[in-house]
Amino acid sequence: MTDIAADQAANSMPTESGINRFARWLVRHPPVVTAALIALVCLVVGTINPDFWQMSNLFDMARSTVVRGLFALGVLVVLASGGLDVSFTAIAAFVMYVMTMLVTNYVPDLPILVILLVAALGGALLGAMNGLLVSTLKAPSLIVTIGTQYVIRGFLLTFIGTALFMNIPNAMDAFGKWALFQHTGANGAVSTMPVYVLVLALAIIVTWFMLNRTLMGRAIYAVGGNAGIAERLGYSLRRVHIFVFAYAGLLAGIAGIMHVSSNRLANPFDLAGSELEVIAAVILGGARITGGSGTVLGTMLGVVLITLVSNVLILVGIPSTSQLAILGLFIVGAGALFSIKPRG
Amino acid sequence: MGDRFSDRQLNFLVLANVLVIAVAVVFAGETFLSLYNFQSMSAQVPELALLALGVMLAMIAGRGGIDLSGIALANLSGIVAYVLIRDWVSPDDQPLTFVWLFAGVALVVGILGGMINGVLIAFAGLTPIIATLGTQLFFTGIAVLITNGSAVSLGYIEPLDDFGNTPVLGVSLCFALFIAIAVVLGVVLRYTPFGLKLYLMGSNPKAARYAGIPHRRMLFLTYTACGLLASIAGIIIAARTSSVKWDYGTSYVLIAILIVVMAGVRPEGGYGRVLCVVLSATALQMLSSLFNFMDISNFFRDCAWGLLLLLFLAISRIDLRAFLPSRS
Repeated sequence: MTDIAADQAANSMPTESGINRFARWLVRHPPVVTAALIALVCLVVGTINPDFWQMSNLFDMARSTVVRGLFALGVLVVLASGGLDVSFTAIAAFVMYVMTMLVTNYVPDLPILVILLVAALGGALLGAMNGLLVSTLKAPSLIVTIGTQYVIRGFLLTFIGTALFMNIPNAMDAFGKWALFQHTGANGAVSTMPVYVLVLALAIIVTWFMLNRTLMGRAIYAVGGNAGIAERLGYSLRRVHIFVFAYAGLLAGIAGIMHVSSNRLANPFDLAGSELEVIAAVILGGARITGGSGTVLGTMLGVVLITLVSNVLILVGIPSTSQLAILGLFIVGAGALFSIKPRG
Repeated sequence: MGDRFSDRQLNFLVLANVLVIAVAVVFAGETFLSLYNFQSMSAQVPELALLALGVMLAMIAGRGGIDLSGIALANLSGIVAYVLIRDWVSPDDQPLTFVWLFAGVALVVGILGGMINGVLIAFAGLTPIIATLGTQLFFTGIAVLITNGSAVSLGYIEPLDDFGNTPVLGVSLCFALFIAIAVVLGVVLRYTPFGLKLYLMGSNPKAARYAGIPHRRMLFLTYTACGLLASIAGIIIAARTSSVKWDYGTSYVLIAILIVVMAGVRPEGGYGRVLCVVLSATALQMLSSLFNFMDISNFFRDCAWGLLLLLFLAISRIDLRAFLPSRS
């Protein structure tokens, strides 16, 4: 709102201090801050507790980025279009539980590829429903997806089941154990890097391609930047809304199966409440909540930072009870930093 | 008084209240109408309705206003107040002093929390969603840190317990307090310059700017008021449950938004009536009690709240299209 005055003030100043220029550059490249924070956390934690650098710990963290990373890519796409989705954990829980149940009871020999495809399709359908509601109700997507989150989770727990699934289908179990490579530590402990991290890698490539090399990607950023102008340019808001929410749902469906495969059990109560840390990761990656911005690289940096915070604080003796407060500070801090509009 | 019947939303909400009571009598029988049931329902309304009033204020102010940190701040203010006071004043020896100090500290925490939101939104320029999402986590995190993640029992403190659970002349005291607050808020919104400016800001931010309304100060005050309302909710929760914990009312964020949307408050800003929020809260509370009577599971209740939220979002859309011409 005060842009014009501020711009004029900035233009009338002929020389700029180096610090000022650096600050402006940082504001335009938010992921740099995140990367610096990651390096800082790694160095500090690694110095205090050298266990941090052990392969097993690094593998652990790589594993725990998979589900969060898939979610975050979905949130990034929705956020870039100017929306916000909080229902993805409910979609993931729904898809993972229903799929595990159906496969165990009816087609126990279904190969993992088919399971993943069906899960992706189911997630995408639920997500498309979100998109349809958002564009039809013309209400803020946060409010709509809070509603669908409760509907989906409530439906799952009321009508489908609340019991744990301890014996998951063979294909999912095997997929969770399938090792990409193994590392034997000095003390003889074997740590495994599972193949399913490649699913995240694939999702990263596809999302990057979609956002940067396709017309839909252009449309998403255009709608997120200014929905009114995008509509007048001929972009269909409804199609973009349905696409982004379906895409987020698709990734959530896959993430649900990853979650079951890696934990070897399907708990319908799982994943609930992890929405905020995923949104935090995406915001830390520099995506502005008002839409029109955000990169895949930044988002993944944000995911790494959040994973670091939730995995390694214990290594340096910070009680795990302080996690939430730190996450909250991160969101507020990143929000404040990135709410400064890049000028010039 | 033709004006009184022209508010469609108000008529609808009165009807909804009557309808829920009628359905309840059919399904749950006469016991639903007993004084005891009404007292217990009216004791549960205030905490939710106060949070909903906070959300309403934030929404009226516009710019995608919303307060997601309400219940987190309510819990935090109860926890901080108890932990600070218990070492100073023994609740057994000086119960009345304890209660007043407890309430005082809780209110201060609420105001401070609201001011944090206000500064972030009004002065640091954060979107309300991201600011209150962050502070929601932050407040919850501090509460977890203080209590180590477990519930803290207050024990039996007579004046506090009376305030929460003993009705006077058939009316529970916290409900009376809530009504008083709602009346004050309604008057402020309707008859003071503050209220007028707030509605103008929400309905037309550009006009409000040219009219010289100090939008930063207004936003700051609005979110501070949200914090204050949240801490009053926190005191009422502590009084009713005789305990403070960080994860009380996890679904309150949804329910508070549901109440507000049902009351016809526009998420884009500029419109919202206190009376409608109160009636919307009572209708929901009676529905919830009806579910209790019918032994319906909590999971299904969550599902129903979600469906209701979507339904009312849809209804508010249809209304706009069908009734706009007749109004002009």
